[in-house]
Amino acid sequence: MAMRLEVPPESVPRDTEAGAQKPRNKPGGWKLAIKRDWRLYTLVLLPLAYFGVFRYLPMAGNVIAFRQFQPGGNIFGEKWVGLKYVTLFINDPSFWQAFQNTVILGVLTLLFCFPMPIIFALLLNELRSEKFKKLIQTVTYLPHFMSVVIIAGMILQNFSMTGTVNQIANTVFGTTVNFTQDAAWFRPMYISSEVWQTMGWGAILYLAALTRVDESLYEAARIDGANRWQQTWHVTLPAIRPTIITLLILNIGTFMAVGFEKILLIYNPLNYATSDVISTYLYRVGLESSNFSYAAAIGMFESVIGLTLILSANGISKRLAGTSLW
Amino acid sequence: MRVSRGMRVFRVANLVFLLVVVFLTLYPFLNILAQSFSSEGFINAGQVNLFPMGFNIETYKLILADSTFWRNYGNTVLYTVVATAISMVLTTSFAYAIAKKDLKGRSVFIGIAVFTMFFNGGLIPNYVLISSLGLRNTLWAVVLPNAISVFNLLIMKSFFENMPRELEEAAAIDGLSQYGVLFKVVLPLSKAIVATMVLFYAVANWNSWFQAFLYLDKPELFPVTIYLRNMIAGVTTAGSAGGTAENMGQIAANIQSVTIVLTVIPILCVYPFVQKYFFSGVMLGSVKE
Repeated sequence: MAMRLEVPPESVPRDTEAGAQKPRNKPGGWKLAIKRDWRLYTLVLLPLAYFGVFRYLPMAGNVIAFRQFQPGGNIFGEKWVGLKYVTLFINDPSFWQAFQNTVILGVLTLLFCFPMPIIFALLLNELRSEKFKKLIQTVTYLPHFMSVVIIAGMILQNFSMTGTVNQIANTVFGTTVNFTQDAAWFRPMYISSEVWQTMGWGAILYLAALTRVDESLYEAARIDGANRWQQTWHVTLPAIRPTIITLLILNIGTFMAVGFEKILLIYNPLNYATSDVISTYLYRVGLESSNFSYAAAIGMFESVIGLTLILSANGISKRLAGTSLW
Repeated sequence: MRVSRGMRVFRVANLVFLLVVVFLTLYPFLNILAQSFSSEGFINAGQVNLFPMGFNIETYKLILADSTFWRNYGNTVLYTVVATAISMVLTTSFAYAIAKKDLKGRSVFIGIAVFTMFFNGGLIPNYVLISSLGLRNTLWAVVLPNAISVFNLLIMKSFFENMPRELEEAAAIDGLSQYGVLFKVVLPLSKAIVATMVLFYAVANWNSWFQAFLYLDKPELFPVTIYLRNMIAGVTTAGSAGGTAENMGQIAANIQSVTIVLTVIPILCVYPFVQKYFFSGVMLGSVKE
C-alpha cells in the first residue's frame, strides 16, 4: 500500500519495459490492435495533439536558446549562435543574484513548509473529537482554494504600513516596518504566507496515512511500555514514512520553481535583492525587455536543474528508503 | 481511565494551539471582509481588524456599478465554463483510453503525458508559441494551454481502471461499441469522478490569472483576477511614492477588499462540495492498490 501523489502508478516506466517484452508485440500487432481498438485510438488523438502542440512543441522551442530570435519571427529562431546566450547568463551578476535567491527561498520553503503539515497532521490526529477535527481541517484548507492574486492582495494588505502585522509591531515594539518594500523582510513575509497557504492542505495526505496505521502496533507498543511520545516516534512516524518521502521527492522536484506567480505579484524593485528569483528574472528579461533567446537559455537551465533534482531525489530515495515515485 | 496528567495537559495545549491555527487561517479573510465594509478614515488609521469600522457600503456600490468589473467578471465565468468543458472532454477521453490495460501503445501514451509533469518548455517558448499561433487576445490563449492537468488525468485513469471489467464485457457482448460502452455504461457510472474533475478544473480556471496576464492586452477581455491584479499593482506603486499617494493606496485598500470579497464569493459557495470532492480526489490519486 504505497502512497503516490501526482504520480503515475508505479507502472509508468516499468510498463514500458514489460510492454516491450510481451510476445504480443509481434509484427502485425499494430494492425490488429488498430482494427480492434480504432475507436479508442480516436479518443486519444485530440489529447495527443494537445500534448504535442502545447507541451512538446515548447520543449523543442527551447532551441531558440541557441539561436538568434527576432520577435515575430520563426519560433525556433533565425540562425545558430551556439552557446552565446548561455555564456551571457553565466557572466550575468543579476542572474546569479536571482539564482542565489531561488536556492535560499527553496531551502527555506523545504525547511518550513515541508515539516509543518506533518506536525499539524500529528497534532490533529491527537484530537479526540472527530467533529473538531473536521472543522479545523475545513477551515485550514481554505487558503488552498484561493487565487494567488487574492493571496497576494491579502499579503500586501496585512503587511502594509497600517496592516495588522504593523499594528502588532507597533503595540509590542513601538515601531513599524515597511515590510513590503524592505529587502530584509521579503523572505520572512514570503515564507510565513507560504506556510499559511499550504499547511492545512498539505496535511491531508498525512492524515489519510495516519488513519491507516495498524492499531495493533500501538497496542504492542503500549504493552512494551512505550509512552505516547515513544509511540509517535516508533510507530506513527515510521508508518507514514513512505508518504513523507514521496512528498519530499515531489517538493525537491519543484525546488527551483519557488512561488513564481506569487512573487511576481508581491515583489517590487525595492526588494529585488532578496525577492528576485530565476523565473521572475527571466520573466523580466524575456517578456519585459524582449530578450527571448537569452531568457529561454535561463529557463532551460532552470528546467534542467529541476529535472535533475527530481531524478536524483527519486534515485536516492529508491536506494536508501525503497520508496520512489516510479 | 489511564489518562495521565501530562497527557491531559498536552490535550488542552494541543486544542488551544489548533484553535490558534484556525484563527490565524481565518484572520486574513475576516480582515478583508471587515475592510471592505469600513470607511477610509479608519482604514487609513490602521484601526480595522476583525470588525468593520465606520460601516460603509459605498465602495460595494461603486464596484458593482463599474461596467469593467462586470465585464471582467463575466469573462471569468465564460473562460471557466469553456476551459472546463474542453478540459473535461480531453481528460476523459484520454483517461478512458489509457485505462484499458490491453490497449497497444498505452504505456507510450502514459509516458507522453507523465513526462510533462517533470519537464516543461518554460515560459519563453510557450509565449512564443502562443504568439505565433495567433492566439493572443483571444479566448483560446486562456483556455487551451493548460487544458489537460496530468494530475487530474491520472486520477481519472485510476478511477476507470478500478471499474469492474465484467460490466464493460457484458456491454460489449450486448453489442455496444467502445463508444457505446463509454457513453452508455462507464460515464453514467462515473458521475462522482466527473463531478470531482469539473470542480478541480473549474476552481483552477476561476482562480487563474497568469495566462490572461501574459496573452491578453485588451481590458475588455480580462478576467476578474486581472482586474484585481491591476488594482494590487496600482497600490504598490502608489505606496512607494509616499505622502498623499499613501492615502490613495489606503483608499484603494478598501476597493481591493471589496473586489476580493466579490471574487471569492463563488468559491465559498461551492466550497463545501469542493473540499469534500477534492479530498476524495486526492485520495484516489494518491492511493494505489
